[in-house]
Amino acid sequence: MFRYIVRRLLQMILTFFGATFVVFALMFANQDDPVQALAGEKPVSASLREALTERYHLDEGLLSQYWYYMSNLLTGDLGESISGREIGTLLEDSWPVTVRLSLMALVIAAALALGAGVWSAIRRGSVFDNGILAFTLLLLALPIVVLAPVAQWIFGMELGWFPATASRNASFYALLLPALVLATTVVATQLRVTRTSVAENLRADYVRTARAKGLAPRRVIWVHVLRNSLIPLVTLIGVDLGVLMSGALVTEGVFNIPGVGSKLAQGIRTEDGPMVVGFVSVLVIVFLVMNLVVDLLYAALDPRIRYE
Amino acid sequence: MTDIKAQLDVLPGLDPRAPLLQVNDLHVEFRTRDGVAKAVNGASFWLNPGETLAILGESGCGKSVTAQAIMGILETPPGHITRGEIRYRGVDLLKVREAERRRVRANRVAMIFQDALSALNPVYTVGFQLAELFRVHRGASRADAKSRAIELLDQVRIPAAKSRINDYPHQFSGGMRQRVMIAMALALDPEVLIADEPTTALDVTVQAQIMGLLAELQRQRNMGLILITHDMGVVADVADRISVMYAGRIVEEAPVYDIYARPAHPYTRALLESIPRLDLKGQQLTAIRGLPPALTAIPAGCAFHPRCGYAKEPCRQDPAPPAYAVAPRRTARCHFFREVLGE
Amino acid sequence: MSDPTLPATIDTRPRSLSGDAWDDLRHSKIFWVSSGLALLILLMAFFPTLFTSANPADCTLSRQYAGPSGGALFGFDYQGCDVFARTIHGAGNSLWVGLLATLLAGVIGLFFGMAAGYFGGAVDAILSRGIDIVLGIPFLLGAVVFSGRLSGAGDDGVTAVTLTLGLLTWTSAARVMRSSVVAAKGQDYVAAARMLGASPARLMFRHILPNAFAPFIVVMALLLGANIAAEATLSFLGVGLKGDAISWGVQIAEAQKHARVAPAPLIWPSTFLAATVLAFIMLGDAVRDAFDPKLR
Ligand SMILES: Nc1ncnc2c1ncn2[C@@H]1O[C@H](COP(=O)(O)OP(=O)(O)OP(=O)(O)O)[C@@H](O)[C@H]1O
Ligand code: SF4
Ligand SMILES: [Mg+2]
Repeated sequence: MFRYIVRRLLQMILTFFGATFVVFALMFANQDDPVQALAGEKPVSASLREALTERYHLDEGLLSQYWYYMSNLLTGDLGESISGREIGTLLEDSWPVTVRLSLMALVIAAALALGAGVWSAIRRGSVFDNGILAFTLLLLALPIVVLAPVAQWIFGMELGWFPATASRNASFYALLLPALVLATTVVATQLRVTRTSVAENLRADYVRTARAKGLAPRRVIWVHVLRNSLIPLVTLIGVDLGVLMSGALVTEGVFNIPGVGSKLAQGIRTEDGPMVVGFVSVLVIVFLVMNLVVDLLYAALDPRIRYE
Repeated sequence: MTDIKAQLDVLPGLDPRAPLLQVNDLHVEFRTRDGVAKAVNGASFWLNPGETLAILGESGCGKSVTAQAIMGILETPPGHITRGEIRYRGVDLLKVREAERRRVRANRVAMIFQDALSALNPVYTVGFQLAELFRVHRGASRADAKSRAIELLDQVRIPAAKSRINDYPHQFSGGMRQRVMIAMALALDPEVLIADEPTTALDVTVQAQIMGLLAELQRQRNMGLILITHDMGVVADVADRISVMYAGRIVEEAPVYDIYARPAHPYTRALLESIPRLDLKGQQLTAIRGLPPALTAIPAGCAFHPRCGYAKEPCRQDPAPPAYAVAPRRTARCHFFREVLGE
Repeated sequence: MSDPTLPATIDTRPRSLSGDAWDDLRHSKIFWVSSGLALLILLMAFFPTLFTSANPADCTLSRQYAGPSGGALFGFDYQGCDVFARTIHGAGNSLWVGLLATLLAGVIGLFFGMAAGYFGGAVDAILSRGIDIVLGIPFLLGAVVFSGRLSGAGDDGVTAVTLTLGLLTWTSAARVMRSSVVAAKGQDYVAAARMLGASPARLMFRHILPNAFAPFIVVMALLLGANIAAEATLSFLGVGLKGDAISWGVQIAEAQKHARVAPAPLIWPSTFLAATVLAFIMLGDAVRDAFDPKLR
């Protein structure tokens, strides 16, 4: 277990520096005029130019720029956006609703994936199973840029079942439609993985043993098979967090939810370099830390890893 | 504990004086995309308390399928029991409702599998998998179930049972894992134990230990033991009777001494000739020539005829040879058993 | 971590192209339907004038939200542009960017995957860490930064988006390639060929690559669908195709703001985009099923 954690931690640290460096270098390296690159196509005043140069140490080498940037970032100092607002404050204002939205989406997706995936695997080849497969195919083919606006139009506007937009303190209900939309970005893959893994486990020898022990089918599946099938699903959830972040960028924009995603989308639109880099770096960190947590959870589920 | 046994005794038709286990004319087939595989074609045998019956046969002849049919854990579909009876104390288990059938499993009839590593659930501790039996079947409390699990591990002689109870299957050695399997099967004091090649996956020394343990536990509890194997060497020491299986049928059934002394079926004879014997060291092994038939196309008449040195015209024609009474308590499905016996 | 842009796991055990696989494919309805659809979309992309004679850039505010008329089957949008013409012409950019990006990802993946699988050891370790780093950046976040940075002022963004998608999505191709090569290397006939003194290049092209072909094609088809969706997403967010470039993503972003009054400009590009992605995903699925019938 200890060795597993250490190895994962080392890998994560490496990935972390690699990933943040890539993001950073793209923003700052090899620019004719890095200040202009940060500010997009807007004209830059002399004072802003001076402030940006000082903030990002643009007069020094790339590695030392990166060093200053990372030490600021890791001490919680994200600097100011082009429009002069504290990036840290922007992030603080926007993360709670995004976390709520993503958690709702994740729970909805996982619950659907488990329920339908297990049932599909038990009834392989049935009408239900084929229906589920067709449904996941459809979901995979519906990019979120299609689904979010269309769902908003149909369910938020035409039918009026849900609010078409949500505020910072949106209720559970107001977030439900965007959360459902966001859930579609991950549910299809989760469902297919669950189905495959349950189907494979159902044929395992230990299932025969469990039945020979006189256990009820329900217990065989939900206790013996499921715990084994959760292992690939949990691994997938680590990846899905990244997909959810990507999805939030679109979903929050469409539903006007003032979360991290829509703030970032706004930063992109207004070509606010410092804000985009700041947000993206923080999100990359969050993603990697969450993946480490998922890895630990994975070890908790699979004793063969824990004792390796 | 007694109340569950009492509940089970309410199985309609249960007769304490009836034979412990009796399988009559069992037929099992697998309906797959490639056709219907007739895995068991009229197997019949019986088992008494305290007795060891060895079921012997080449790979694929339907031994495991028969065991799974008795346990009621055949995978259906594709497996279907198309004919026959499985009587436990007079009750035909095939006619019993599934909920009652489940209570027979592990409580009355239990099973040990060949590969203990894959037969145990990798993500639960050995303690959990043992305690589960008491919790589900006996409604035992967590602590109670755990202490009984430790007792069981002690009984199958796992050293330091108390601390090993929290270990996972992959942390045990092969022999220890098979002991865990045995403990699991014996947890609820079954009357019938089916051991499907319990030692095939182990080294020779460990094999002997496990067989010794099984024999001892069987004696203590006066259980009926069905020992499935394709190793004639193992059988000689422990079995009372032997049923030889070929292409889903029992072709010869006899007390172990008689079979070794004078096989009545050419297939049994060939099997015996294929075991390496110390006194014939250096001589060539006679393997049985040819292959067992495809279960989708079993030959007409005696299924063994394409490989049989004694085969004559009647062997190639239906019906298959009946179970001739060779001697009291001894049958063989061969038209020419007298010739084989050398009479 | 596995690649988030791919819908499901891919089995990479080699199964010969000439074997049952083609037979299975020939009898697969899904294969024919998706190929037909893909072909239709390709036709639309490369010969849009077969479908519409209207000029997609011809927009007149006086026709704002006007209903269908003449060749303008889907009516007109907020700016008075012909929705049908724009949707048809949108296929070109979407497919062009998708194809180029997928090709780029394929080439990078092929090269890195082959190197990692063939040389193993340190090369493999370094490339694996490289893949970890790419996958450590959530896809769209990376794409947003890449694409924003790569696109020059006043250009239409095609090069930037293509490069972005190609550089961020090669990992799945590399992994499939790597495992195919590793699997093939373990095969007896490859070992035998090596012992007989076949050169590395010959080994690679005669013995190893043919086996990796099928799983690679599957990844490419799935990736093409994913990349077309990604292009639309980037364009939707304003870091994809821009200026006068016609793209489904830009159309959707525009129309979404006015969906309450005029849903048609939202629905049509959405439908075409979904159908395109579906065609390539189904194609990939069908091919995979044919080569890996284990779990159907
Ligand atoms: N789940 C299944 N689906 C299809 N056919 C099966 C299945 N299980 C068993 N069979 C068929 O039944 C036949 C008998 O299998 P069985 O496992 O009983 O053989 P066995 O005598 O136990 O052999 P071994 O000594 O190898 O364990 C096999 O040849 C196989 O074709
Ligand atoms: S019945 Fe005929 S073929 Fe069958 S075992 Fe006897 S002699 Fe051989
Ligand atoms: Mg068997």
